[in-house]
Formats: sequence, structure tokens, C-alpha cells
Amino acid sequence: MMLKAALMALALQAGQPQLAPEDEARAQAMMREVRCMVCAGESVMDSNAPMAQDMRRYIREQVAEGRSDADLRQAMVERFGHEVLMRPAFEARTAPLWIAPLVLLLLGGALFFTAMRKPRTRA
Amino acid sequence: MIAEIGRYLVALAFLACIAQTLLSWRGADQGGRSGAARAGAAAAEIAVIAAGAAFLLLVISFIRSDFSIAYVAANSHVDKPLLYKISGAWGGHEGSMLLWCWILALFGLGLARIGPKDAALRARAVSFQGLLSTLFFAFLAFASNPFERVFPAPIRGADLNPILQDPLLAIHPPMLYVGYVGLSAAFAIAAAGLVQRSGGRALAGALRPWALGAWTSLTAGIALGAWWAYYELGWGGWWFWDPVENASFMPWLLGAALVHSAIATEKRGAFPGWTVFLALIAYVLSILGAFLVRSGVLTSVHAFALDPERGVWILGMLGVSAVAGFALFALRAGSLGEGDGFEPTSREAFIGANNLLLAVTAGVVMVGTLYPLFVDIMGWPMISVGPPYFDASATPLLILAAALMPMAAFMPWANGGAKPGLKQMRAAFLLVPVAGVIIAFIAFGAPVLAVAAGGVGAWALCGAAMDVGVHWKAAKVRAARLAVTGRALAHAGVGFIALGGAADASRPPDIHRALAPGESMTIAGRSLTLEEVRRADGPNFMADRATIRVDGRSVVRPERRFYPAANQTTREVGLGSDLRGDIYLSVGEARTREDGVMAYEVRAAFHPLVWMLGLGAFLVVMGGGLALTARLMAGAPARARAGDGVKAAGTADAAQARAT
Repeated sequence: MMLKAALMALALQAGQPQLAPEDEARAQAMMREVRCMVCAGESVMDSNAPMAQDMRRYIREQVAEGRSDADLRQAMVERFGHEVLMRPAFEARTAPLWIAPLVLLLLGGALFFTAMRKPRTRA
Repeated sequence: MIAEIGRYLVALAFLACIAQTLLSWRGADQGGRSGAARAGAAAAEIAVIAAGAAFLLLVISFIRSDFSIAYVAANSHVDKPLLYKISGAWGGHEGSMLLWCWILALFGLGLARIGPKDAALRARAVSFQGLLSTLFFAFLAFASNPFERVFPAPIRGADLNPILQDPLLAIHPPMLYVGYVGLSAAFAIAAAGLVQRSGGRALAGALRPWALGAWTSLTAGIALGAWWAYYELGWGGWWFWDPVENASFMPWLLGAALVHSAIATEKRGAFPGWTVFLALIAYVLSILGAFLVRSGVLTSVHAFALDPERGVWILGMLGVSAVAGFALFALRAGSLGEGDGFEPTSREAFIGANNLLLAVTAGVVMVGTLYPLFVDIMGWPMISVGPPYFDASATPLLILAAALMPMAAFMPWANGGAKPGLKQMRAAFLLVPVAGVIIAFIAFGAPVLAVAAGGVGAWALCGAAMDVGVHWKAAKVRAARLAVTGRALAHAGVGFIALGGAADASRPPDIHRALAPGESMTIAGRSLTLEEVRRADGPNFMADRATIRVDGRSVVRPERRFYPAANQTTREVGLGSDLRGDIYLSVGEARTREDGVMAYEVRAAFHPLVWMLGLGAFLVVMGGGLALTARLMAGAPARARAGDGVKAAGTADAAQARAT
């Protein structure tokens, strides 16, 4: 089993495209945003799992071909579902997640102003 | 025999906690000085001794490798080094719960001995602490018995998870637990105050030292955990916004809000309801953290010992504590009194803004951590909420809070007036180094958020230096000077953390390369040469150790280890540190490269100024410790108010404010 995994890793590591520095930075930024689907909450950048290595290679290839970040995200989502993105897209079902900070700020801000506007009993 | 005695001691401690709850409650009804109150305190003592003895027996069982005890068998191994045999006693679920219980009992005894000055309030707080302890001791006795026997006893044991076999991890859980559990004392005092109808100011004064001590310890525990993650998990991250980290971060954020709002409440009577509410919810979130970590509802890299049934127990304890605390709050918050209004440029306003931002951040972290669970329950397609979400939502709030922080110390109470304060701070003068740091970050091509965090970090450091410069002289008594120093150190620590975090976020891309011995690679202008790879076996593992020379001078030795007992491979990172930052190296297995040469996969990263994170955390902990010492030296609020009378106006105000 371990041997098989090692062999797989070996096969996958071979032929990783070498990217220009700015492309490599873009690829690594993307790797940090994409979740390793067989790991517990790690990005593919952070994981040593064979699948993460596979996905790193895929991302490097796509970046080398000049694919945009948005396209790449779309391709990932089509293949693995929304769970693959560590930053959920803004849509109906994730809207509360993105609106929550603003709602909390407004509520807290209202409390703050109420406390500030209270009458003074001392000088 | 030891296991049976241990089990008996846990049961005894459980009963003692029930007695502590009931007797102290009766004692508080009688004014706090009656026989019942003394008996309640004695029960607290019995609980401490019984739980402490049980914990000692567990440690002894680990030292003796008594594998007839299921928990020892699951978390130890005959070949394990002694230190990790001992730390195994709190490395797994049952043992760490026993530690949690013992600390709860210790805080109960602490409240009974050096708790609030008001005897009735003290007895009532001891009673509430007894209730909180009873819940956890019941969990320990009925659902998490660390002394459960296993038959037949295994010969060698299953070994502690190898990545937990680390000196830092031996002290990280106790630190963290003193923090989590310490917040229970603030909860108990707050709940007791609501029952006793204590005024908000007196209550804030009574709970502030406990909150400060617990929060400081929580800071140290989290920092140790982050440091461990940095060098042990092998990819150089120190904060992942992972559910387990978030579970500790929520009580930390609210604890940070609490130690500040309690100052405003104690001194000016501002935010009385809010301070008490924070004291209640901070501990409730500690239990929520235990639930998230222990129940396995959220997958996480750190979630050890998962068990859904235990989750239900912890949820029950969470429910009882939360309902008791918040019902009391709803019924009695009126007795805390109302705070006065204040100007937008007053100290109250800055502390209020600090609390607003920290509490909203805690709320955001909570929403982000629990949202995937909510999506799952709704049956929607699963989503992940990871670091990019929190960096976009929580991090800017924290940067804003840190940006306001340096000015707070220069704002007068109540009527405010920013002009004299900012002039005293020479704010315009301070903007020069801040601008320098911002330009440097931009020049290095740092991301926007990192530029902001770097600038804020420099601003905070300048502010802290100015704080000491201006307020040290004005402080007349030793306690006041200590308090100013504590505040400045803690705030400087925040500045260092912001700078270190910003620098680390601007680091160059990592490099992976297959190197054969003798070959080199370059990162951040430093050449790394793989000299050799050798076997370097330890007591309970086999290892390959690489020797990598940096710039032809210093040597870094990352390892790849295999722990046969746990059948697990780990990477021991090699670090080459200097003032500029850390060269971070890990080495993989040997394999044949395309060109047919045997090579090792080397992963190299450069983490600039990462030492600032450690220094910053250390300063925050030191600052918290000094502030606590100053608070204890200044003594009871009554004496502190006498000091208020003689203090000079203006600058002394700010210095004294923190001391009293």
C-alpha cells in the first residue's frame, strides 16, 4: 500500500512544469486556496498526500498554459464540487457567511453608540 | 489496584464538588461566613486533593507502562522516552479531561481562598464553580473514565501519536487548559454577582484579576501551539484558521475584550452589563471549543480522540452552563447599573471600539467555523471555509483594532479630547518610522493586507515606546509603574505579532526540488547544499537525517522519521534561524530522478522575521503577567479608590488608570 502510494507520487512528481517566478507565485497562491479533498482541512499546498501532489501538478500545468484564476477555480469546482474552494464563492447559500460580519458590525456599532449617548450623571 | 483507587478518587472528587456547590450556596445565603461556607471551602479542598491524587496515579501508571489500563495502552508504549510517557497522561481525551477537572477544582479552591473580598459573593462564586466542576467530573466519572481496564492487557501499547511527542506539546495542553478553565472563575464570579445583585463596578473589580490570569495563560498556550505547528506539522504555517485553532481563538478574543472592558467598568462604571456578559460567554465558548475538538463534528488536522457520544455529553454541559449563566443575566442584568455616556475621543470610546472589533471578530470566527456544519445539516452541497475567508473577514478587523490600540493610552476618560493626547504622543513624529515600514513592505512586493499589518505593527511599537516614555515618569507608585510597563509590553507584543505576521505573509514562494548529495539550490539569496543523508535512529523511531549547508557556513539537519509502533512517518523540520528569518527545510524519501540519480525531495522555504511572532507572544504574556501583578499589588478596589483621590490630573490619569 505504502509502496503503491510512493510509486504513484513518483509518477506524478515527474514532469512537473518549471514555471517562471511570477507564474509559480500565482500557482502557489492558488494551491493555498484549493483544498486537498482527501485530507482534513489542509490545502493542496500544505498536504503531502498523493492527491495533493496530483492537484499541485494540475494547477502548475494550467498556470503554465496561461489559464486564468477564475477559469481554474471553475474547473476545480466542476470536478470536485464547491467543497474544493477554501474561500466559498458568494451565492445564495453562502450569502449569510459573507453578510454576517457586516451584520455583526452594525449590531455591535449600534450597542456602542447607545452606550456613548447615555446621559452623564458625573462630570 | 492503582486504577481502582484512581476511579474511586474521581468519584470522591465528583461528590465533593456536589457538596461544594450545595454547602457554599447555603453559606452564601447566610452571609458567607457561616459553617456551611467553611464546609463548602473544605469540600473544594477535598475535590482538589482527590483529583490531584487521581492525576498523579495516572502519571504513575504511565511511568510504569501499566497497559491493563485502556487509556495508558492507547497512548503509551514501552519504548517511549520518559518525558513523553508522562505527557501521555494528558495527551489523550480521558487524561486531558482529568487535567481539565483538576484545574476546575483548583480554581474552585482558589476562589475559596483568595476570591472576592465580599464574603457572600465569594461563597456564591465557589458554589457556581462547584457546579461547573460537578458537570465535568460527572462526564469524567460516567463517560470518560481514564482508569478503564482492558483485558487482556496488551504487551507494548499503541503509542502516543508521534507528532505529539514533542517537548512543547508536553506543556502546551496544561497552559491552554489553565486558560480555558481559568475563564470559569470569571464566569462563576459573574454569575455569583448577578445572584447577589452586586453592582457592575464591584463585580468587574472582583473578576478582572481572574480574567487577566486566565487570558494570559490562554495566550501562552495558543502561542506554544502555534510554535509547535510551525516546526512540527512540516509546512511552515503557524496559524491555519483550522476549526480547532478557531475553537481556542474565540475564547481568547472574548477574553481579550473582557480584560479591557473590565478596566472601563471597574474605573468608570462603563459597560457594566457587557463586561459581565463577556465573562459569562467567554467560558461558554471554552466549552464550545472542547465540544468542537472532542466531538469530531468538524474535521481538523488537530482533532485527536474523536467520539460523537462524548460530543453529546459536552453539548449537555455547554447547555447547562449557558442556560444558567444567560438566564441569570436576563433576569438580573438590571442590578448591574448603567454606565455613563462618553465622548468619541475618550478612553471609554477606545476601549468600546476595541471590544466591538474583538467581539465581532469572535462572531465572524464562530460563523465561519460553524457554517460548514450548518450547510451539512441543511443537506446543501458541502462547502469549505478556510484561511482565505478568515483573511478577508477577520484579519482586517484585527488590523483595525491594532491601529486604534496605541492611541487609547493617551485618551482621557469620559470627556475625551484627542488633541492633547495625540500631542503628548507626538503622533505626527511617529508617522515617520511607520511610513518607512510601509514603504519597505511595498518595495518587497507584499500583499495589501501585509502592508497594512506591517504599518500597524510599526505604529503599535512606536505607540508602546511612547506610552512608557510619557507615562512611566508620571506614575507615582510602584504598582502604577508596573501597570504602565505591563500595558506597553503587551501592546508592543501585538505590534511585533503584526509585523512578524505581515513579513511572513510576504515571504517568497516555497521551493521543492529533488537533490542528490552534493547538489545545491537557492532560496531568498541563500544557497543550500545537500551534503549527506544518514541513518539517525532514536529510541522509538527510525530516521534519515539530512545535512544541508546554508551559504557554505551553518548547517541545518531536517529528518524523516518512521515510528513503527504507530506505523506513522513524520518529517522533522530543520531550521536555520538568524535575525533576518528562518530557513525552513524538510526532506522527503529517496527516489530515482528522471536522470537516474538517487535524490531526496527537499522542500525549502524562507520565513522572514518569523522570530517577531514568538517575541510578540512572549511580550503579550509578560505584559499580562505584569498587569496582573500590578493589579494584585494595588490591592482591593477600596484602596485603589483612595489612590484615585491623590492622583494628579492629566498624564497621571492615564498611568494611574491602569494601575488601579
